[in-house]
Amino acid sequence: MHPFLPTTVTQRQEMLKAIDVPTVDALFSDIPERFRDPQLDLPLPLSELELRREFENLARANTVPGEFACFLGGGAYRHYIPSVVRTLLSRGELATSYTPYQPEVSQGTLQSTYEFQSMICLLTDMEVANAGMYDGATALAEAALMACRITGRRKVIVLRSVNPRYREVVNTYLFPQHIQLISCSNEDLRPDKETACILVQYPNYFGELEDIQDYATTAHSVDALLVSSVDPVALGMFKTPGESGADVVVGECQPLGAALSYGGPYVGLFACRQKYLRQMPGRIVGKTVDVEGRQGFVLTLQTREQHIRREGATSNICTSEALIATAAVAHLACLGPRGLKGVAELCYHKAHYAANLISQIDGYAIAGGDLWFKEFVVICPIAPKKINRILLQNGIIGGIDISSIITNGMLVCVTEMNSRDEIDLLARMLAEACPKN
Amino acid sequence: MEWINQQRPLPETLMSRSVSDRSGVRLPDIDVPAQPLPEPRFLRSQLRLPECSELDVVRYFTRLSQANFSVDTNFYPLGSCTMKYNPKINDEIAAFPGFNALHPAQPDETVQGALKLMYLLQRDLCEITGMADCSLATLAGAHGELAGVLMVQAFHKMRGEPERKTILIPDSAHGTNPASASMAGFTVVKIPSTECGNMDLAALRQAANQQLAGLMITLPSTLGLFDPNIIEICETVHSAGGLVYGDGANLNALLGRVKFGDLGFDVVHLNLHKTCSTPHGGGGPGAGPVCVGPDLQPFLPSPIVGSTDGQYHLTRTDRSIGPMGSFHGNFGVLVRAYVYLRSLGAEGLRQVSGDAVVNANYIRVGLENHFQIAYNRPCLHEAVFSAKVQQRRAGIRAIDIAKRLIDYDIHPPTMYFPLIVEEALMIEPTETESKETLDAFIEIMKLIAEEINERPSLLKEAPHTTPVRRLNEAQAARNLDLRYH
Repeated sequence: MHPFLPTTVTQRQEMLKAIDVPTVDALFSDIPERFRDPQLDLPLPLSELELRREFENLARANTVPGEFACFLGGGAYRHYIPSVVRTLLSRGELATSYTPYQPEVSQGTLQSTYEFQSMICLLTDMEVANAGMYDGATALAEAALMACRITGRRKVIVLRSVNPRYREVVNTYLFPQHIQLISCSNEDLRPDKETACILVQYPNYFGELEDIQDYATTAHSVDALLVSSVDPVALGMFKTPGESGADVVVGECQPLGAALSYGGPYVGLFACRQKYLRQMPGRIVGKTVDVEGRQGFVLTLQTREQHIRREGATSNICTSEALIATAAVAHLACLGPRGLKGVAELCYHKAHYAANLISQIDGYAIAGGDLWFKEFVVICPIAPKKINRILLQNGIIGGIDISSIITNGMLVCVTEMNSRDEIDLLARMLAEACPKN
Repeated sequence: MEWINQQRPLPETLMSRSVSDRSGVRLPDIDVPAQPLPEPRFLRSQLRLPECSELDVVRYFTRLSQANFSVDTNFYPLGSCTMKYNPKINDEIAAFPGFNALHPAQPDETVQGALKLMYLLQRDLCEITGMADCSLATLAGAHGELAGVLMVQAFHKMRGEPERKTILIPDSAHGTNPASASMAGFTVVKIPSTECGNMDLAALRQAANQQLAGLMITLPSTLGLFDPNIIEICETVHSAGGLVYGDGANLNALLGRVKFGDLGFDVVHLNLHKTCSTPHGGGGPGAGPVCVGPDLQPFLPSPIVGSTDGQYHLTRTDRSIGPMGSFHGNFGVLVRAYVYLRSLGAEGLRQVSGDAVVNANYIRVGLENHFQIAYNRPCLHEAVFSAKVQQRRAGIRAIDIAKRLIDYDIHPPTMYFPLIVEEALMIEPTETESKETLDAFIEIMKLIAEEINERPSLLKEAPHTTPVRRLNEAQAARNLDLRYH
C-alpha cells in the first residue's frame, strides 16, 4: 500500500462491483484502444526515507547563500524572515485550501487577503490594490496592458533603467497584441498622444531612486499613465511613488517574507488609483455582511474575471499567490512601520558602507549618483565573471554580472543579512582579485 | 436536528487591534558606521501599518486559519480542482536550505542540484505526456495556457500564415481558455457539445477553416468525460492547418493511461498543483509547465534546463516566445511536484488515475437515484450532477445543496460549472480519499435529498455552523470596502 492511496484491494473490488464494471481498466474504455496503457518509463518509487536521502544529495550539490556570503539582488532579495512567518505558513488550513469561492468556509484566506490589499495601499500610498499577481515582472506587464485598455492607446514606453528581465516579460505580453514597446533612457523620454503609459522602476535596476514626480508630470502632460515598479522594502524609508503622482504601482513582494527559493514562488503587488479599479486584473476581496449582519469577506468585482467574462476578461489570471501574500501580511504585521523602516535603514547603511569601502580599492569605481538604496554598480578592473570566480573560491557569491549593459559592471546588493565581516571580506577579496601591474 | 452556531466570531483586522509602539521583531544593531542619509525631501514622512506583538500575530493568523476548510481538515470534493492530499514530505524537502535559500541569479555552476532536479522533472513530464520537450517557467495553469497559445501564434507566424487568428474552444471549457486566447490576440469561436457531452464534430469541421490557428481542448473535459472522438478531432484540426492545444488540468485521470503526444496534441500545459499534489495555498502558488511536440519546441518560453556532459544549464530555444515571469518558474512548487513523482513511480501514478476514476464513479452510482447525472455514462475523475429537478420541484438550487454540505463539515463541490450544465454540481473526490469517506459523503447527500423534501428551509438558510453565514455579495460590489485606512 502506498501511504497516499488508501483504497485496499478488497475495497476496490467492492467499489467496482457497485459501479458494475469488471476492472478498473474498463472505466477507461473511451480511450482509443491502440493508445491505451502506454509504457511509462519513470524512476522506481521511493520510500520517504529514500526520498529524503535522494533530495538531500541534490540539495547538497548547490552552493547555498548563508553558508556563502551572497551579494546578489536584481529583483530577488535576501531578507530575514521571522520564524513566526514560516510557522504560520505551514498551517494546513492556509496551505491546503483552494481559492475562496465558498466564502463561509474561507474567511481565513479572505480576511488575510483584505489585510494584504490594505497594507499594499498603505505602503504604496495608492487607493486600491488587488489580491496579488504571479510576481513583479508579470505585474508590470499586466499594468502595461491595463494602461492600454484605459487609454485606448497602443504604445508603451519602458525606461532602460527597468530590470531587463522585466522588460523582456513586458515584451512577451505586449508583442502578441501588437502593442508597440519602446525602450528609452531618461534623456530621450518623449511620450506622445499615442503613449498609453511610461514604465519606470523605483529603485531602478541599478539601485538608484529616480525622480518619479518628474516622470509623472511628463506622462500626464500627454494624458498617459505613469506605472512604477517598486521594491516594497525601499518604501519603508523613501518617498512613495503614490505620493509622487504614479497612477499604477506594481512590484515584487518576495522581500516581504518569501524565501528566495531559486526564483519562486513569489507574489506581485498591484495597486492603482480608485478610478482604474474596474480595469484591474486579478482577484479582489471586499468586506460585506452576512444574513445576520456579521462582518465578513467575499471575492468581489468578479465580472472583470475570466470565469465570468471569459474572452472579455481583464486578464486570464486566476491565481493570486495567496499563500505568499499571506506571508507578506504576516511579515509586515511582525515588522510594523518602525520595523520596516529599520530593515530599510540597515540595508541602506550597510550598502553605502560597502560602496564606500569598494570605491577606495585600486582599480574599482562606483557608478551613478548618491541617491540609491541597497544596490549599486561596481565598475571592475577586469571582467566581473573572472572576479566572481575568485570570490566564489573564497566563500563569496559576488554581484550580478551586468557587463552586457555596463562595461565591466557588477551589480552588488547588500541587505541586513550581510554582516560587516562579510562586507569587509568582499572588499579584501575584490582587492586581491584586481590584477597587479 | 437544530443547528446552534458555536463558532467564535472572527477577529477584527490587525489595524483595529494595533497598539502604538508595539512591535513583533527586534532588529540587530547597525554594525557599520552610520552613513549620511539623503535629504528629507527624498524620504518617507509617515508610514501607517498595524503594530503588533509576536503573539498578537500568531494568535491572529491561527484564528484566521481555523476559519478555512482545507484538505488537511475536511473532505474537499471541489470539481476540476483536484484537491488531493498534499504530502508533508514535499513541503519539508522544498524547505531544505539547499533549495529554498538559493538566489535565482546564482551562476549555473553553483546550482547544479537545483538544475538537475528541474531537468529530471522536465524529462518525467515529457514521458508522462508523450511530448518532446518542456518548459517549467510558467507560474500557473492560466499562465501555461497563455504560453501555449503564444507558441501557436509564433508557429503560424514563422510559417507565413499570420492570418490564422481563430482559436476554437468547446463550450464546456474553463474560462481561462478563452481569456488566454484573447490575451494572445486571438478571436475565440465556441464549439458546442453534443447531448452526450462530446464535442460536436460537425460544428468543429465547419469552423476548421483557413483562419484556424488551433483548438484548445481539455481532456478529459470539465464534464469528467474522455471524448472518444479525440483522434478525429485532432485530425480535423491538423488537416485544416491548425494545432491542438491540450489543457492538462484533468491529467490526474489519465496518468499512465494515455499520452497526449500519442493522440496528436501539439502542446499541453499541466497543473502541478492539481496532478502533482502541491498545496493550493488558498489560491496559489501553483505551477503550469508547458510540454510541446517537435513543431513547437523552438518556441518554448524561456528558460529551459539543458544538459551537456553531465553539467546542467539554463538555456533558451532559438525562437522562444521569451520569458513569462521574473525568473525560472515557481521552483518551490517544482521541487514538491518532483518529490511526488519520485514517491509514486509509474505504477503508483497508474494507481492514482485508476483510484481517482473509481472513486468518482462510486459517487456517481451512489447518488444517481437521488440526484440527476448530467451525462448518463461512466465518468473519469469527476461526476457532474444537475440539481435542476430539485430546483423545479422544491426551489432548491445547487448553491443550497452546496451550502448545506458545509453544515456536515464537507467542502462544497464546484457549482454552476461547467456552464452548459444547468444547476451543476461537480464532484471530484480524488484518489486520496478512502471508501469510508466516500460512503459517509454519499449518506450525507442522501440525507440532504430527504431534507429537500422535508425541510427545504434548512438548505435555503445553510450554512448554520460557520463563523459567518451567507454573505451579501451584491452589497460587497455596491458599497466597495476593499481596504482599511
